[in-house]
Amino acid sequence: MNTPTASFQPDRPKRLIMQGITKQYPGCLANDSIDIDIGVGEIHALLGENGAGKSTLMKVIYGVVKPDAGEITWEGDKIRIKDPAHARKLGIGMVFQHFSLFETLTVTENIALALGDEAKDMKALAEKIRTVSARYGMALNPERYVHSLSVGERQRVEIVRCLVQDIRLLILDEPTSVLTPQEVDTLFVTLRRLAEEGCSILFISHKLNEVKALCHRATVLRGGSVSGACLPAEEDASSMARMMVGDETPISMDYDKVQGQDIFLQIRGLSRISEDPFGVDLKNVNLDVHAGEIVGIAGVAGNGQEELLAALSGEDIIKNHDAIHFPCGPVGNLSPEKRRGKGLAFVPEERLGRGAVPDMSLKDNALLTGFLTGLIKNGMIDHESTESFAKKIIKKFKVKTPNSGTHAKSLSGGNLQKFIIGREIMQNPRLLIAAHPTWGVDIGAATAIHQALIELRDNGAAILIVSEDIDELFQISDRLCALCDGALSPIKPAPDTTVEEVGRWMAGIFDTDVCDALAPETQTVSANATAGAVHTH
Amino acid sequence: MDIDLITNILYAMIRTGTPLLIVALGEMVCEKSGVLNLGQEGMMLMGAVAGFIATWLTGNLFFGFLMAIVAGVVMSQLFAMIALGLNANQVATGLALTIFGGGLSAFIGSSFVGKPIEGLEVIAIPFLSDIPVIGKMLFAQDLVVYLSFVLFGVIFWFFRSSRTGLIVKAVGENPHAANAIGLPVMRTRYLAVGFGGAMAGLAGGYLSLAYTPLWAENMTAGRGWIALALVVFASWRTERILLGAYLFGLASILHLVAQGLGFAVSPNLLAMLPYIATVLVLVMMSRNQGRSKMYAPISLGKPFHAGA
Repeated sequence: MNTPTASFQPDRPKRLIMQGITKQYPGCLANDSIDIDIGVGEIHALLGENGAGKSTLMKVIYGVVKPDAGEITWEGDKIRIKDPAHARKLGIGMVFQHFSLFETLTVTENIALALGDEAKDMKALAEKIRTVSARYGMALNPERYVHSLSVGERQRVEIVRCLVQDIRLLILDEPTSVLTPQEVDTLFVTLRRLAEEGCSILFISHKLNEVKALCHRATVLRGGSVSGACLPAEEDASSMARMMVGDETPISMDYDKVQGQDIFLQIRGLSRISEDPFGVDLKNVNLDVHAGEIVGIAGVAGNGQEELLAALSGEDIIKNHDAIHFPCGPVGNLSPEKRRGKGLAFVPEERLGRGAVPDMSLKDNALLTGFLTGLIKNGMIDHESTESFAKKIIKKFKVKTPNSGTHAKSLSGGNLQKFIIGREIMQNPRLLIAAHPTWGVDIGAATAIHQALIELRDNGAAILIVSEDIDELFQISDRLCALCDGALSPIKPAPDTTVEEVGRWMAGIFDTDVCDALAPETQTVSANATAGAVHTH
Repeated sequence: MDIDLITNILYAMIRTGTPLLIVALGEMVCEKSGVLNLGQEGMMLMGAVAGFIATWLTGNLFFGFLMAIVAGVVMSQLFAMIALGLNANQVATGLALTIFGGGLSAFIGSSFVGKPIEGLEVIAIPFLSDIPVIGKMLFAQDLVVYLSFVLFGVIFWFFRSSRTGLIVKAVGENPHAANAIGLPVMRTRYLAVGFGGAMAGLAGGYLSLAYTPLWAENMTAGRGWIALALVVFASWRTERILLGAYLFGLASILHLVAQGLGFAVSPNLLAMLPYIATVLVLVMMSRNQGRSKMYAPISLGKPFHAGA
C-alpha cells in the first residue's frame, strides 16, 4: 500500500466539530462525552473494537441516532441533525457496512431513491452515474439489478450514490472488510482523490495497517470514550492497537504451522445449482481436509460460502452424495444430525437464529447440538448434565453471562460466538467447520477462539475455516485457498503463499483445472471458464 | 352453449371478480410497503354496511360509496395506529380487525337487514357495448367496474414507472436502508395501509350497493381472505391479481350455471369451486419460487423502529 498523500495541511478549516457527544442505551453507555473534529480535505480514521461506540457515533453524525448530550458544529454553524435526509442535505454521505441497497431494483433506481425529486429524469441520471463512476475509477453499469452485483460493486453503488450529490463529508463504515486486497488499493486511490478535491472523509476501521496507509489523523475509541488520538503515519500498528484494546489484552500470537495426517473430509466434484435467484452456483469444488490441520477458505462474502457451508453441514442435501466423503463413506445424502453423529461439528455464519436460538437459554442452546454427547437419556432431557455441559462451556471459554439460564439474544456478539464455538469444540469433533469464527469479536476474545481452534487441531481434529478476514486466515490456517463465484482456487500451504496471491484468487484469477493439485499458479484463466462443471455421477 | 350464455357468463365474471380485484389491489399496495394487513374482511364488511346505511338514509349512491371508502380508511388507520404506531404484531392486529369489523358491522347493520335500495345502474357505452361477446363484458358495466379498470391501469403504471412506486417498493424491501437514505418510511406505510383500507371499503360498498343491493350480515363471504391469498399467489404482480380475480369470478358463475343446468353434484361442493380453482391456478403459477422472490416485499410483516 502507498503512503498517504502529502497534500493535507493540518491548519485547514474544520468541517465538522463534535464536542461532548453522549448517548446512553439501556444498560450501556455507547458514547461517553466524545470529542472529534474533521478538517476540510482530511481523511480521519475512527478506530476501535466492536462495541467501542464507533457505530453509534457515526449514526449520530448521520442523524439516525439523536445524542443525549453534546454539540455538533458543521462548517462553523451549531446544528442539530434531525434525520438522515437532513444529513444528506448538509452534504453528509454514508457508506454502510451492511449496504443500504435494494436488491430488486437497478443501480439507477437505487441511486434515484436517495436523490429526491431532482432524479426525475432517469436517463440523465444514468448518464451522470456513468460519468461520475468513470471519473473516480469505479466501473458501474447503471442498468444492472443490485442482486446481480458482487459485494465490491455494491459498495461502488453506495459510494457513487454519495458522489452524484454535492458531498462534503463521506463516512465509510468498515469499507474494506468486504473487498479483496486489490480492490482495497483501488478504493484508496478514489478516496485520496476525493480528499484532494476537498471532501472530508471519516474512515471507520479496526484494520491498523489500512489506517496507517490512508489516514491523516486518527481518533481511537475504547469502551465508549476517546482513548487516544494520533497521526497514523507516525505510529506503528502495535501502538495503535494498544490504544484500541487497553493494556491487559494479549493482542495476537503466532502459531506453528503443521502438516495434517490422514484425509478426513474429501470433497470431489461438488457442483450445485442454487435455487435462490440471489444465490451462487457451486462449480466443481474439490478439497481435502486432513486430520490435524486447519484449512482456510478466503473469499469475499456472497461468492458461494453460504452454499458450500450448507452442502457440507447437511442443510442442503446434494444429489451426488459421493461428492462429500468422510472416512466412513459418502455423507452427501445424510441429514445434519447424522453427519454430527459421524464426527462433524459446525459453527454457522449467522449467530442468532442459526448458531443459537435467540429466545432460548444458553443451557437449552447447548443442548441443541450437544444432544449426542449423552445429554438425552431414554428420549428425555437430562437436565443435570445439560446444565453442567453449559456451565463447562461458559467456564472454559470465559463467556461473560450471569448464568446458564440467560437468553442467547442478551449476550454480546463476541460472547455468544465464544459460547457457540465452545459448544462445538467441547463435543470433541473430528471435523469442525466454522464460518467467520471471529467476525465482530473483540481482539481478546478472538485470540481465545484462535487458541481453542489450534488446541483442537493439535488434538487431531480436521478443521475447515471460512472467513473474510485474510489476516486471520494467514494467522491460523495451515493451508489456504479462496472461493470466488462458487469455484475454489488452488490450495497452498500458508507459508508458501502471499496476501497478494490469495487476493488474486479471491478475485477469481486462477485456473480451476489445477484446483486439487498443488500445481504452479496460472493466473490468466478466469474461474468462470468452468461454469458448467461436470457431475461425477 | 349458445352465444348469449357465453356473453352473460363473461359479463357476470367481471362483475363478480370486481370486488375481489379492488380489495386485492389495495392489499397488494399495502403489502408492497411491507405491512401485512389481515383485516381485509373486516374493512370490507364495514365498508359494505356504512355504504348501505348511508345510501338507505340519503338515497344517494355516490354518498354511499363515499361513506364506504371512509369506513375502510378509518378501519385501516385503526390498524395502522396499533400495528405501525405501537409496533404491535401485524398478524394479530389484522386478525383482530377482521373479527372487530365483522361484529361491529353486524351490530350496526342489524336493523337494516333485508331493506331494499336501488342498486348502482349499468351504463352501457354506446357502440362499444354492441360488440358481440366482449361488448357486454367490458362496456356494459356499472361505474365502479369501469373505475376498477382505471385503478388497475394506474397501479400497474405506479409500480412500473413512478418514483413513488419505487419508494413504496424500497420501504417494503428494506425499511432500514430506506430510512438511512432519507425516505419517509412510516408515512409511506401509513398511506399504503390507508389506500388498502379505501380499496377494501370501496369493494365492500360495491357488494352492498351494486352487486347485491342489500345488507346481510357477513355478506363478504370470505372474499377478503381470498384477496389475501390472491396477493400472495399472484406474487405481488398487478396483472396476475387481475387474472386471479376474474378467474374467481368465472368459477363463481360457472358453479351457478352448473347448478342451473342440474348437475348431480352437491351444491356445497360446487360452491367450493371458485376458491379451489383460484388458489390452484395461482399456486401453479407461483411454484417457481425464484422468480416470485423478485416481486415479494422482503420485509413484509416485520415491524420497523427508526434508529434501532
